[in-house]
Amino acid sequence: MEQGGDLLLDVKNLQTQFATSGGVVRAVDGVSWDVRAGETVALVGESGCGKSVSALSIMRLVAAPAGRILDGQILFKGRDLLRLSEDDMRHIRGREIGMIFQEPMTSLNPVLTVGRQLTEPSEIHLGMSPTQSRARAVELLGMVSISDPERRLQQYPHQFSGGMRQRMMIAMAMACSPALILADEPTTALDVTIQAQILELMKGLSRKMGVAMVMITHNLGVVARYADRVNVMYAGRIVERGTAAEIYANPRHPYTLGLLRSVPRLDEPRRAKLLPIQGQPPDLSRLPPGCAFQPRCQYAVERCLREAPALESVSPGHVSACWVSAELGQKVTT
Amino acid sequence: MSIAAPVRDERTRGEPHKDEEILTVRNLSKHFEVTGGFLGGRRGVVKAVDDVSFSIRRGETLGLVGESGCGKTTTGRCVLQLEKATSGSILFEGKDLAAATPSELRTVRRKMQVIFQDPYSSLNPRMTVGQMIAEPLAVHGIVPERSARDARVKELLGHAGLPAAMARRYPHELSGGQRQRVGIARALAMEPSLIVCDEPVSALDVSIQAQIINLLEELQTGFGLTYLFVAHDLSVVRHISDRVAVMYLGKIVELTDRQSLYESPQHPYTKALLSAVPIPDPAVELTRERTVLGGEVPSPLNPPSGCVFHPRCPVAIDECKAGVPELRTVAPGHLVACIRV
Repeated sequence: MEQGGDLLLDVKNLQTQFATSGGVVRAVDGVSWDVRAGETVALVGESGCGKSVSALSIMRLVAAPAGRILDGQILFKGRDLLRLSEDDMRHIRGREIGMIFQEPMTSLNPVLTVGRQLTEPSEIHLGMSPTQSRARAVELLGMVSISDPERRLQQYPHQFSGGMRQRMMIAMAMACSPALILADEPTTALDVTIQAQILELMKGLSRKMGVAMVMITHNLGVVARYADRVNVMYAGRIVERGTAAEIYANPRHPYTLGLLRSVPRLDEPRRAKLLPIQGQPPDLSRLPPGCAFQPRCQYAVERCLREAPALESVSPGHVSACWVSAELGQKVTT
Repeated sequence: MSIAAPVRDERTRGEPHKDEEILTVRNLSKHFEVTGGFLGGRRGVVKAVDDVSFSIRRGETLGLVGESGCGKTTTGRCVLQLEKATSGSILFEGKDLAAATPSELRTVRRKMQVIFQDPYSSLNPRMTVGQMIAEPLAVHGIVPERSARDARVKELLGHAGLPAAMARRYPHELSGGQRQRVGIARALAMEPSLIVCDEPVSALDVSIQAQIINLLEELQTGFGLTYLFVAHDLSVVRHISDRVAVMYLGKIVELTDRQSLYESPQHPYTKALLSAVPIPDPAVELTRERTVLGGEVPSPLNPPSGCVFHPRCPVAIDECKAGVPELRTVAPGHLVACIRV
């Protein structure tokens, strides 16, 4: 709510399913969220919560035939991406929406030079000549602080370190000055000092260029530092949403609260014992009736067994999908 | 069998002897020769572990932290005798492992167990959980009778927080946290005194990490275990360790008790590492000062001269390029390898 920008991305009731041998998995189960121009929105959750599939759905990169977007709308600058032709979609990917993946080595082409991969987007999408695109590539490498760009352009991805490969991914995503970047666990594979470098770089670029960012991560620290608004996901649904400040100071879903309590914090006195969330992550093909988090929830009441709660407002700009969210607010503050 | 006196039950276990050094590592080095290239010749030597010394007292947890390639895992593997050290000595329960006979080493291997990062790749997909835990009990002749073995397997599963019915399951049927519990039960089967935990929670979901850390702590108290806890997550290491060693490019750069390390870190690398960890609280992050280190960890094939950290160090001076700083005592029990401290 702090960000006053126009609505850039509006995901409405998105449903993405996968057919597996164990049954249908509703990876993303009727999820709605949005991103305003220039803001950084986080999708947080643990493995299998549907955060990556949400990003892949936006790019329409869900692997068919097993994966299928069943329903919903993905309005980007007012146009429904789910209704675009494959040809039109290609003009969106890379040109309007950039993507950064977790493991850069698997998303870079090992047999093409860095230069070739960095010039391709500007040649295809912006119609630049080879000379222009090469100058742009040099500029991009400078932007992501890779020194000696002329020499680097002739190298191959394997000659880059992990941190440099991720910088190169960022440069590629920025090549056509997109309005939105989807970053899926951009620093999870990196060491902590390199993680800090990359995140500072991304945040700086997003501010400077006014690019909106969707940051998909399981790291609550990263979210706290870099996100304006946060969507917490569990078992294919958003269970809580609010500004980062609000979510951390006043969590109103037991899962969010559990996550925040379970991590040891460097800035707090060491606790004698950690407070984990009990139980195991859910099996998406065998979800319980009612609230998916209920088997692990210490605040669960009888109603949670039968009815799945919808997202309800708990304070301005802050929603939570929990039958006891009101009581939870009192419990946490007292 | 006095050295290997098995601890079958936490009730029979006395207070750990806090002052006794269970493991002493002196000047440990492990160098790997790198060959290859066009003519398959020798390209150089990687000093994965370079002149590392530390000790662990019985019942204590020593955290070994650092970024990838710093040598923390190799150090653990040398301790476990899974790698042959290039030089230096490792004393376990007073015995120099380099001089140990094969049968002595067999006993030592029982007493030192390991918990790996990825429990899936360290479990046999074709064996049930019960078979995997029972196998070492049979091989080492710890519980020779089959029926007693089944009972022991159940007991071990219980210690690891798993129901007895889990014995009939296969690894693929388990979640990541459950697999890690199986790995823990299997390590416990040998009644070890020292467990090397190599990134035991970094592959697990956040909500499960705390479960496993709590379990490791309970087992430590219950069985008087000693841990060498190898990890990159500084928050987790702070929670579980009594003392912490920070490694960078094969060397220990700082070694002290938990409180000193986290409250008054001395080495510039330790300070940078700590400041790079984001705190899960936007209010704190807003006001927090940060030193973002420039550059990356140099290639261990061609490490920098002098102090290996100097190219990235915010306080480096010319002298840092010349000599390798010694790990010296700056306060009681606080060792730092930096001439600027």
